[in-house]
Amino acid sequence: MALLEVTGLTGGYGVTDVLHDVSFSVEQGGITTILGANGAGKTSVLRALCGMLRVSGGTIQFASDKLNGRATESIVRLGIGHVPDGRGTFLNLTTEENLRVGAMTRKDKAGISEDFKRVYGYFPRLQERRHQQAGTLSGGEQQMLAISRALMLRPRLLLLDEPSFGLAPLVVQDIFRIMRTINDEQKVAILLVEQNASLALELADSAYLLETGRVVMSGPARELREAESVRRSYLGY
Amino acid sequence: MEAFLHQVFSGLANGAIYASLALALVMIYQSTHHINFAQGEMAMFSTYLAWAMINAGIPYWMAFALTVIASFFIGLTIERVIVRRVADAPVLTLVVVFIALLVILNSITGWIFTYTIKVFPSPFPEQPLFGPYVSSHEAGVVGVSLIVLLLLFLFFRFTSLGLAMRATAENAVSSRLSGIRVGWMLALGWGLAASIGAIAGMMVAPIVYLDPNMMSGILLYGIAAALMGGIDNPFGAVVGGLIVGVLENLMGAYVVGTELKLTVALMLIIGVLIFKPTGLFGRSFVTRV
Ligand SMILES: Nc1ncnc2c1ncn2[C@@H]1O[C@H](COP(=O)(O)OP(=O)(O)OP(=O)(O)O)[C@@H](O)[C@H]1O
Ligand SMILES: [Mg+2]
Repeated sequence: MALLEVTGLTGGYGVTDVLHDVSFSVEQGGITTILGANGAGKTSVLRALCGMLRVSGGTIQFASDKLNGRATESIVRLGIGHVPDGRGTFLNLTTEENLRVGAMTRKDKAGISEDFKRVYGYFPRLQERRHQQAGTLSGGEQQMLAISRALMLRPRLLLLDEPSFGLAPLVVQDIFRIMRTINDEQKVAILLVEQNASLALELADSAYLLETGRVVMSGPARELREAESVRRSYLGY
Repeated sequence: MEAFLHQVFSGLANGAIYASLALALVMIYQSTHHINFAQGEMAMFSTYLAWAMINAGIPYWMAFALTVIASFFIGLTIERVIVRRVADAPVLTLVVVFIALLVILNSITGWIFTYTIKVFPSPFPEQPLFGPYVSSHEAGVVGVSLIVLLLLFLFFRFTSLGLAMRATAENAVSSRLSGIRVGWMLALGWGLAASIGAIAGMMVAPIVYLDPNMMSGILLYGIAAALMGGIDNPFGAVVGGLIVGVLENLMGAYVVGTELKLTVALMLIIGVLIFKPTGLFGRSFVTRV
């Protein structure tokens, strides 16, 4: 059974729907990517999962829990880490305080300090800057911090909204390499939303293509990489 | 010279009270961008609770502690029951709600306790302990305010709950995404603000006497202090409070006379809004008042 199963999701902002009958799934320990151009509805899908979008139809099933209608806080507490669009850094808090906020719902002190070590291991730069105000971190560092903050929750599922956005290619590669590690080592399932299709398709095992709020193509990532239309529109060769 | 020193010291004591009130305003402003115009009347109501307890024979400090706790729950309840329902309403709606709250608290208090002016006791001795220029009550007010500030600082800096509240104040969406129950954090902020206001009320009541309108002027000074320090900066609120307190006393004694003291507060508010809307230490512009 899939870890996350979304069926017929319809919803939007105010009275307009921006998602229409969207279905997809993320396997236990798997990596799924949703690709799409600007305004396709990728961010909206992630918002819907976390109870931050008006959902008018469909079901969102996470393991044994139905997420429809639940408050964001409660959804997150089920083990869903969300690295939002724009990173959501707490600019006035220090790096370390940002991570402590990420672990706020947990009580296991030993596990928390273990996870501090782990994320500092993934991103040594964050450790160097742990007492620095997060607002003064670079864009890449803030992205690392956002991922780490979500990991401090010890999620079962990690939602990532365009982690490559606005970053230099080398930093992007670094971050993708670490997502692979996180997935391998901690068995965290990942739902990755991206415009950088080539990187995303390399990392993911299954992929969905979103256009104006509808899924227009889906399948194993390998297959989408080969598909003529994806190549032309998203991979550029 | 002696008169001057006396004015400065009693200005600092008043300033400590304005600082506390300003801090309560800032605490709510930071997380919701609302200026709680009813903060003063909430403090006044709390002070009446303390008066009733003391009159019933409960020892002062016991009544003090009970009032602080009761006020916390009153503030919490006001947020949960009233404020959160209008949290996303237009600014004007909010202002109307806060002013309604102010008037309601004022008239309920007048109805229960009458408008007759009452004497409120000071827990500090009559005779001056710190030299001739400063009364024990003034020194005590400064001391109590410092303790409140220190406790607040420790709470926000070193506890998990304090961190959660700071996170909520800065970015509610990210806080939700970290599993923080944002609604409760806002309610806690209201509770804390009400407690701080209650302490300010109990400290000022022996000076201005207890009546349902006792806080209206003081709230203006508190707003002036908060704006002067930067409405989103707790440290600024405290400094702003002390500056306003001393300034008010010196202006009253040497420049404009005591009748026009309150005008000083209003001039400060207008001056800051026009010339330096971010205040002395503020980060962001004041866009909603
Ligand atoms: N807060 C909002 N209110 C109203 N409409 C919105 C809001 N946010 C997004 N939309 C609309 O919803 C649609 C999908 O937007 P969404 O942000 O989900 O796209 P996206 O795929 O994430 O785009 P991008 O790659 O640019 O981030 C767009 O048409 C957008 O205009
Ligand atoms: Mg987006």
